[in-house]
Amino acid sequence: MKQLKVSAIREGTVIDHIPSDVTFKVVEILKLNSVKEIISVAANLDSKKIGKKGIIKIGGKFLGEEEVNKIALVAPAATLSIIKDFKVVEKNKLTIPKTIEGFVKCFNPNCITNHEEIKTKFHVANQKPLKIRCHYCERAMASNDIVLK
Amino acid sequence: MSFKGKDIISINELSKAEIIHILEVAKSLESRPKPNLLNGKVLAALFFEPSTRTRLSFESAMSKLGGKVVGFADPSVSSVKKGETLSDTIKIVERYADVIVMRHPLEGSARVASDVSDVPVINAGDGANQHPTQTLLDLYTIKKIQGHISNLNIAMVGDLKYGRTTHSLAMALSHFNCRLFFISPEQLRMPSYILEELDKKNVEYSEHTQIEEVIKNADILYSTRIQKERFPDLAEYEKVRNVYIITKDMLKSVKSNLKILHPLPRVNEISTDVDSTKYAYYFEQAANGIPIRQALLSLVLGKLK
Repeated sequence: MKQLKVSAIREGTVIDHIPSDVTFKVVEILKLNSVKEIISVAANLDSKKIGKKGIIKIGGKFLGEEEVNKIALVAPAATLSIIKDFKVVEKNKLTIPKTIEGFVKCFNPNCITNHEEIKTKFHVANQKPLKIRCHYCERAMASNDIVLK
Repeated sequence: MSFKGKDIISINELSKAEIIHILEVAKSLESRPKPNLLNGKVLAALFFEPSTRTRLSFESAMSKLGGKVVGFADPSVSSVKKGETLSDTIKIVERYADVIVMRHPLEGSARVASDVSDVPVINAGDGANQHPTQTLLDLYTIKKIQGHISNLNIAMVGDLKYGRTTHSLAMALSHFNCRLFFISPEQLRMPSYILEELDKKNVEYSEHTQIEEVIKNADILYSTRIQKERFPDLAEYEKVRNVYIITKDMLKSVKSNLKILHPLPRVNEISTDVDSTKYAYYFEQAANGIPIRQALLSLVLGKLK
């Protein structure tokens, strides 16, 4: 079978083991349409670990804490590698922070955070399956309820 | 155990020991009133949504302890109408009062208030979320009429979806090994997040659609109003508004210790012919709000330990 060649990056970030169906969600989270360097996005690749996976290579970009936390919410099993001079200098599994502030919208329409300018805040009630609880209205949300701001 | 300065926002944050302590303090204040305990203290009662009973109950509790009350019962007279945020309102009011009691239609509003306030905040109801003082008075009532709270059969009937009193009561009862029965129309069932919490705590419960299925087993029948204001769709409200009405006829073969409770106001969930039976206890239940709120005010203001 002919293999698709994806060029290696000199410097940047590789996000691997993304569940295939959220690959483009991660593209959206990272606003990759505005990155000027090389970006490779692959989805539906075979993975022994998760069945079908996605992988994203981003040249010249290192992720900030909020970006990492957002990816952890939609792809908690993903791995993040930092590339310098074509070599992996750091490889990390993503972890969901205990408190998620500012970037998730509460799904409860009657929650005060949907009516006043209040920074949202959620506490992780359960890691697997993911369940987060609104600090304000106390409603618990599962991963499919999560809408990023 | 210290309550001084503590916010009372959610029943879920009170331990079993703390709940029992509040009930004991309430009992002691009811039997031995302390008319000057809160002399010089000011309560700000901020009612962004009408609730005459809860407001009067807090005001009465504060007055009976010698304290003063300021506040409003109608948000249209406050700066909220001018577009002021809740946080700003609270930051101002905390400079005028020693304790804030707040009722607000939005869920999470009490938490917002407690996060910005340096004086203790007591949640008097935030939307369909929490109403911890109602739950404490419900527990106080159950203890008073049954002698204890543990190991009772407690049935809740009506709007279990939007009715926050039943959510909080179910969570509070999870400390006391009670058997719970939830009776509601299919569309107003107890929310799954509450049931999941009860599962986690190994609480025994079952769901029903008919009162008759469980009334014979119940020690407490907790009836709730189906609240029009909580329904996003009024057509849905019309379908269920008169589904459950407790009548005298239904009480023929119930346990002799059965007591019917209701957070009030009732519309027609309990027929008035029940009022004169030995099972009716909802008016006495409302009166129990005074000692409970006296206890909470005294504790968070550090006047009692």
